[in-house]
This record gives sequence, structure tokens and C-alpha cells, in this order.
Amino acid sequence: MMVLPRRAFVLMAAAGVVLPAGVRAKPGEVEALIRAVAGGGVVRAGRVRLAVPELVENGNAVGISVGAEVPAGAVLTDIHVFADGNPRPGVAHFRFGRLSGGGKVATRIRLATSQTVHAVAVFADGSCWHDSVSVLVTLSACLDD
Amino acid sequence: MLVCLGLLGAAEEKRSGYDDAGPQVRAMQDDDLANPAFLWVQQGAAVWGQGCADCHGAVEGMRGVAARYPVVERGRVVNLEQRVNECRVERQGVAALAPEGEAMLGVTALIGLQSRGMAVAVDVSGPAAGHVARGEAFFRLRQGQLNLSCAQCHEQLAGQSLAGARIVQGHANAYPIYRLEWQGMGSLFRRLRACLTGVRAEVLGRDEGLLGDLELFLAARGAGLKVETPGVRP
Amino acid sequence: MVRPLLNVPREVRAGVAFEVRILIQHAMETGFRRDAMGMVVAQDIINRFECAVDGEEVFSATLHPAISANPYLAFSARLGRSGTMVLRWVDDRGGEGREEVSISVS
Repeated sequence: MMVLPRRAFVLMAAAGVVLPAGVRAKPGEVEALIRAVAGGGVVRAGRVRLAVPELVENGNAVGISVGAEVPAGAVLTDIHVFADGNPRPGVAHFRFGRLSGGGKVATRIRLATSQTVHAVAVFADGSCWHDSVSVLVTLSACLDD
Repeated sequence: MLVCLGLLGAAEEKRSGYDDAGPQVRAMQDDDLANPAFLWVQQGAAVWGQGCADCHGAVEGMRGVAARYPVVERGRVVNLEQRVNECRVERQGVAALAPEGEAMLGVTALIGLQSRGMAVAVDVSGPAAGHVARGEAFFRLRQGQLNLSCAQCHEQLAGQSLAGARIVQGHANAYPIYRLEWQGMGSLFRRLRACLTGVRAEVLGRDEGLLGDLELFLAARGAGLKVETPGVRP
Repeated sequence: MVRPLLNVPREVRAGVAFEVRILIQHAMETGFRRDAMGMVVAQDIINRFECAVDGEEVFSATLHPAISANPYLAFSARLGRSGTMVLRWVDDRGGEGREEVSISVS
């Protein structure tokens, strides 16, 4: 009785997933991308907060939000989001103009497998800030076309 | 109804798939501006304006309709999609909408939305009783290479885990749904077809009578649950 | 393109941040999937999204295939005077979408 659902799971899990889970960004790729964003400068913790649920039911649409704390006089220009377990690590690059109402952005992203999501905020003075969240993506039991 | 059909143990509560979904999926369904199904609802409104409204008026007048569907008519079960197409072909004299197409999913989501929050309440009396019984028999029939019935997973094992997912009771109160797995919208038929394929059973055609019986039985089994259309599911 | 679901207040207070939310219908084809014949389905995503008021940039995004189907974006804006907000996006096949909203600032 209990064996059957497991068999069902194995068969159904053979159906295709959207981002191939076996293909990951190369080790160090995200680190290199973050270094490139920082232009060789220091990347610090703080000022930016990435919110991603730590346990995800379906990797096809994972709600994330990134919020940067912008001190008086500072100007946020960019937020980059990377995912180190996707076939390609780039997720999005957001730019904030003068009419932006503070450094907040929310979207929904695809995560091919359990991995770490990174956010880097860049300010006009060139300072770079980083946050990351490890996410556990559970396998959907009943996949279909 | 619960007692006379003997569908769920007395101590077991009916749980919508919403209750078994994670907080993210529930939040997506709770917020019409975050629920992608409303992109389809918007298309449904355009369809409604191109003919349906001529007879039925504003779509708000359809409140309660989806809650009492499917219905039994002339010896067969008619669901909302079949009713829409019957109306188009016989009364409007226009082409039927393609099943699983954006127009059909949109207009059924729009009509379903009018009943959101109302209790599912199908008529199971008179000629409907036989259809409900046949639907229930199919629900309890072990089938496919895995030799599994709907009831084994969605009744006996509901609430337990299958891989990382909670096994739901399998109610039909939120269709058509936006399913993250599909990355799009789909009908109850698409979901049932996936289940039948999953246990490697013969897949019934969309208009086969037995599927109508099953749909009516599922609605009777979910009586009292609130209509959630358009729902969001993982 | 089908019209998006867009939520922007029509009246705002000067200097007070407000939220802009948009949901766009798009398959966001990743370029990693194969069809039933085993052929790779070409990538087709909304790769660029921009929001400006009277020509001045509020927010923009360069998007990759890791953005979900039917993309959702929420961000904020802060205006000093009334203006017209224009939201534009393009996909890999050259498909374009555009929405315009007049916002009155008091």
C-alpha cells in the first residue's frame, strides 16, 4: 500500500521540469559575477535584505523581495539577483532612477533546485552590499505536462 | 450529504487544496493583483462582452451558477465548459471555444469568480443520483498499471506526504486553477487527465459520460466547501 | 500582447512613495525545454522592462530566464509633480507591451 505511491512518484518525477535540475552554474560563477558588479571593490554585508522563503513547494514561481536601506544622502542605483543552482546564475538586474521611491523590488523567480539566492545592492558612491538566502526546493510529487 | 454519501470519516474535516498549500501559494490566491489567473479572467471578460452579455447581461448576474454546476440534463452531466459551448453553438451560432484555450479558461474562470465564497451545492436528487453513484464507483475503482484508485490517495492517504508534497483531498472547488507546475491555467479535466496518466490508467476523453459523473461526484463530495475560483495551486 | 494587470494609484501625495505592481501574461520560455520531438524550444522571455514618468526613469529591469512565467514586478515611485507614467517591455521575439497612466500629484 505505502509502496505504490512511491512508485507513482518515481514514474511521475520522470516528467520534464522547466529548468534542468542537473545543470548548475559552475562553482565560483556567482562569486565572479558579484566581484564584477563590485568592480574590484569591497562587498559588505548589511544595507540590503533579501527575502526568499526557505522552503519552496514549487520552484517555478518563488516570490522574492529585495529591500535596500538607503541612508540620508546615499543613492541606490542597482540591485542584482543571482541564483547559484540554476543553469545560468543571472536572475535580474534592477536599476533605480531618481524618481524611485526607495530601494524595494519584488518579483517571482524560477529555482531549478535547492540552492542559494544572492542579492547585491550598488550605491552611487560605489559601495556594494550583499545578502543571501539558502532555499530548499522540494520535489513536486505529481508532475505532468 | 456528508453522512448519506458516506464519503469521508465523521471525524475528518473537508479540506480544500488551499488549506494544504504553503503560505506562498495561499498568499498568491488571496491577492487578486498577484494571482496570475486574473490575466485569464480579464480575457474571459472580453469573451463575455462578445455575445454572452447580450442575453445574460452583466456577468455579476451569474452569481451562484458555478456553485451549482455541474448539472444533470437530458440524461447526462453538463459542466460549465460544455454549457458555455452549447450556448455558443446553439444560441449564438458561433464556434465552440477550444478546450484549455485562453478564451474558455478565461470565461469559465470569470463565471466561477462570481460564485467565489459561496458553498459548493450541486443537486444530487432525482436523475442526478445515478450519476453521482457512477462517479463514486469510478472514484473507488483501482485502475492503471499502479492499480490505484482516486480514493486510495485522496481519501485514505490524504494529509500524508508524497515526496515533499501534502496529499490533498482532491476537491474541485477552485477550478479552473492557475497551477505553478503548469505555469499557466488549466481545467479540472487537465488535472484529472494528469492523475489518470500518473497511475498509468486509460485516459478518458473530455466528453465521456463517466468523466461527467466523476465531476458531479467530486462536487457532491466537496459540498459545503467555498468556491475559490480562480484558485492557485502548486 | 494581452493587456497586463496593472495597479498604480491615480492620485498620490507629493514626495510620498507609492507602489506600482504589474503582472504580465508571458510564457517566459527558458530555452532549456524540449518539445515532444526532442527539439529545444527557443528562448523567448521579456528581457527588458522600463518605467518612466515624463521621460525620467523610475525603475528598470533586465530579466533572465529565471524570471517566472507571467512575470510579476512590484516596485515603488515617488513624484514631486503630476505626470504620465509609461511602462514598457520587450521580449526576445520583438514583441512589445506598453501601458500609460496619468498620475496626479497633490
